[in-house]
Amino acid sequence: MRKYLIILFCLLAPLSFALAAEDFYLFQSHEEKQRFDTLSKSLRCLVCQNQTLAESNAPLANDLREQIFQQLENGQTDKQIIDYLVSRYGNFILYRPPFNITTLGLWLGPFAILIAGLSFLFYYLRKNQRA
Amino acid sequence: MKLSYTLPLMIFLVVALILYRGLHLHPTRVPSPLINKPAPTFNLPSLMTHQMSSNRDFLNHVTLVNVWATWCVACAEEHAFLLSLAKDPSIVLYGFNYKDQPKTAITWLKEHGNPYKTIAVDQEGITAINWGVYGTPETFIIDKKGIIRYKQIGPLNAYAWEHTLKPIIKQLQGEP
Repeated sequence: MRKYLIILFCLLAPLSFALAAEDFYLFQSHEEKQRFDTLSKSLRCLVCQNQTLAESNAPLANDLREQIFQQLENGQTDKQIIDYLVSRYGNFILYRPPFNITTLGLWLGPFAILIAGLSFLFYYLRKNQRA
Repeated sequence: MKLSYTLPLMIFLVVALILYRGLHLHPTRVPSPLINKPAPTFNLPSLMTHQMSSNRDFLNHVTLVNVWATWCVACAEEHAFLLSLAKDPSIVLYGFNYKDQPKTAITWLKEHGNPYKTIAVDQEGITAINWGVYGTPETFIIDKKGIIRYKQIGPLNAYAWEHTLKPIIKQLQGEP
């Protein structure tokens, strides 16, 4: 029993890592902090590209979060901040790729393959049942 | 030949082709949206002189803007190649010293050699953000009118130079 508890503990321990970078910004309002959190969670860190700007500790992520904070303080809208970053880094900095003609395959592909795979599965299961 | 025999083989061949193609892709490279747009305006102190550096420095010749730092290991890798490039008088090497201490940069260049004609100091890194820099070293090719025409991500080496950058530079040098 103890063996299993130890294994369980080892599997769960990595979950205790903090999943946000350390920042100490003084926001003017709760709404501003929420906008900051939403923005930094919806933008990609270009150094550690599987993380959002909120999660990453890379120097560039720190700089970009600083930029977002400064622009929020200056009264820029969310759209203006996102446009600022996309015009410099391209659409890849958006953590969620836009949904348009060029990204149809990206968004729908996994579902299409899943349906195809399930169809094959049901087809063969039925075939074997009849035989 | 029954389909149930050849179908797995065909699926394998298609997947193998796709994965083989994938070996030659660079998914972590972020293409620059600034290609064929004017170089973002900047006004930064120069490292070695008391003058200011700005976009005016790009006019009337083809420029290679190299973003580097003393703390960047990959920049040290390409440094020898940059020194050899600097021997060519038709190449204008322009440095952006990124998030560094000017004193550290000067000492580093004294020790390792200075291939740059001019170096602009971007201590805060804001100019680099404007240029879409996300990982040093990065090298931009700027044409005679100050427009960004190409961006190299990662260290410059002889292969990239011969096959990609040199032909572009030669062509741009031929433009008015």
